[in-house]
Amino acid sequence: MLLLMCVPAIIFFVVFNYMPLPGAWIAFTNFNYRDGIFGSPFVGFKNFEFLIKSGQLWMLTRNTILYNLAFIVLGNLLQIAIAVMLNEVRLAWFKKVSQAAMFLPFFISSVLVGVIAFNLLNYDTGALNALIRQTGGDPIKIYSTAGAWPLIIILVHLWQSTGYGSIVYFAAIMGIDRSLYEAATVDGASAWQRIRYVTLPSLKPTFIILVLFSLGGIMHGNFGLFWNLVGNNAALFQTTDIIETSVYRMVLAQNNFTTSTAVGLYQSLFGFALVMTANWIVRRINKDYALF
Amino acid sequence: MPSSELAGPIETEGVGLGPAKPRAIKLDGSDMVIRSISYLTITLFALFCLLPFVLMLSASLSSEAAIMKSGFGILPKDFSLAAYEWIFKAPRQIIGSYVVTIVMTVFGTAIGLFIISMTGYALHRKDFPFRNHISFFIYFTTLFSAGLAPTFLWVARDLGLRGNYLAVFLQLLMTPWLIILMKNFMRTVPYEIIESGKVDGAGDFRIFAQLCLPMMKPALATIGLFLALGYWNEWYLSSLYLGSTVEFKPLQYHLYNIINTANALRNSVAGSNVSVTALPSNTLKMASAIVATGPILLLYPFVQKYFVSGITIGAVKG
Repeated sequence: MLLLMCVPAIIFFVVFNYMPLPGAWIAFTNFNYRDGIFGSPFVGFKNFEFLIKSGQLWMLTRNTILYNLAFIVLGNLLQIAIAVMLNEVRLAWFKKVSQAAMFLPFFISSVLVGVIAFNLLNYDTGALNALIRQTGGDPIKIYSTAGAWPLIIILVHLWQSTGYGSIVYFAAIMGIDRSLYEAATVDGASAWQRIRYVTLPSLKPTFIILVLFSLGGIMHGNFGLFWNLVGNNAALFQTTDIIETSVYRMVLAQNNFTTSTAVGLYQSLFGFALVMTANWIVRRINKDYALF
Repeated sequence: MPSSELAGPIETEGVGLGPAKPRAIKLDGSDMVIRSISYLTITLFALFCLLPFVLMLSASLSSEAAIMKSGFGILPKDFSLAAYEWIFKAPRQIIGSYVVTIVMTVFGTAIGLFIISMTGYALHRKDFPFRNHISFFIYFTTLFSAGLAPTFLWVARDLGLRGNYLAVFLQLLMTPWLIILMKNFMRTVPYEIIESGKVDGAGDFRIFAQLCLPMMKPALATIGLFLALGYWNEWYLSSLYLGSTVEFKPLQYHLYNIINTANALRNSVAGSNVSVTALPSNTLKMASAIVATGPILLLYPFVQKYFVSGITIGAVKG
């Protein structure tokens, strides 16, 4: 009976996740629609060679990993800071209202995030350039300045994810034994010392786990965010193109199934190796925290 | 840490009022500083989170001419409802999008929630022999996937779901992460309850539906909200599988198309010095954005209570 209850989920994952797996063979073929996946001519590693020689694979890997590292490091620091400060707040209504406000960006679609960014940043009517004009400065053409985008994308990511992410840390703080704080106070610890010697050390396990888990996903980008902020704007690709956006473009705009499958397979294998490594590290630190 | 400093400011707060409150911690200078910094920073960050929404709302309520002249601002310039009137003048498309999105969200959330909680329940039962195998079978899909192109070919070509709402609806039903989250939640149900159900002769499904589910309100609210957000905010699968083949596009994909028309224009003039005055109406875009987003934001206050406690329990790994 319990097995029967799992059947819908099993069917779901077989149909949508396991059945497409053999299709990864496309990466080694010169795929054409008529002959299908296994009828198309086999070309070995040609598709990969092309990607490596063009330098595209390197650029995509670099961008994907650097963005994710920035998201992981800055994201966690900001989330911890917000959680610690939220713990200092005593007014219940203030806690509720501010949390609701910080949560709001998490609730909107990435399409809308793109719209909002455009409102702030575009040349003619953007709020930022309106402000610059009012103060007598020269407006900036942000949508053709590649160098500005790492900062913008990171800021938008933090804007959207911090409120939500800080809950996990806040929950961890709520779980700290209150007597530790009382003992520290009796010992004459200042508020800062209580944070430094009680709160932060207690957050260490949560921090390590969250970071290691996100390291496993470092080859997977926040596709919706990148696509809606930058989209097809080739002027910015050097600093903004990640694996997922380039695969999406290849499939949807160019119907290029071979190269995109090769990139996808590379992403999966590389990501798989990273998860395994991260999991191995977690096991060595604390067996209980390991994924498997 | 100095431990000899016992002569701090005398605590007068709880004196003589029965047992001291556990929270009654002395306030000295450093407390005040940290507390002030906390209030200030959180206020600023909360405003930073809200600001874009305010800009958007005010733009949607401004006149197009004022926006073109002086850009977006915090307060509406030259207050006007023209953009909203324009949307609802020919409401066929937007109403169609609403119907598609609402139907998908309601049924997707209900069906997804049912399957996820049922699976989570089975996987959490210690006496279920296949629990580890099935858990790994589900979890493995997050480790290794075929990628976009093979999945797309499989779903669109072999399953023949191109241009079919089912391609979007089915793929959003569940994720491994939500099932794992639900499994973690199930641990809050004491095993004695399941045991007692068994003793009373109830079947597994009956124990699940009548004993476990009623205790799972925070979990159902949290995961239901994630599912509802997924369906409501969906545009990606629609862009892949629906494209221009359906008359009524899901709400966010409809919005995406409105915006995208503008983006193409914007990119073609990005390098040049041409002013982008030919773009579709700015206020109209903002008003569409508000119309497309509003309902899911209105849902939030009702589930916030469950959501925070839900994340808190579910985040604990097990």
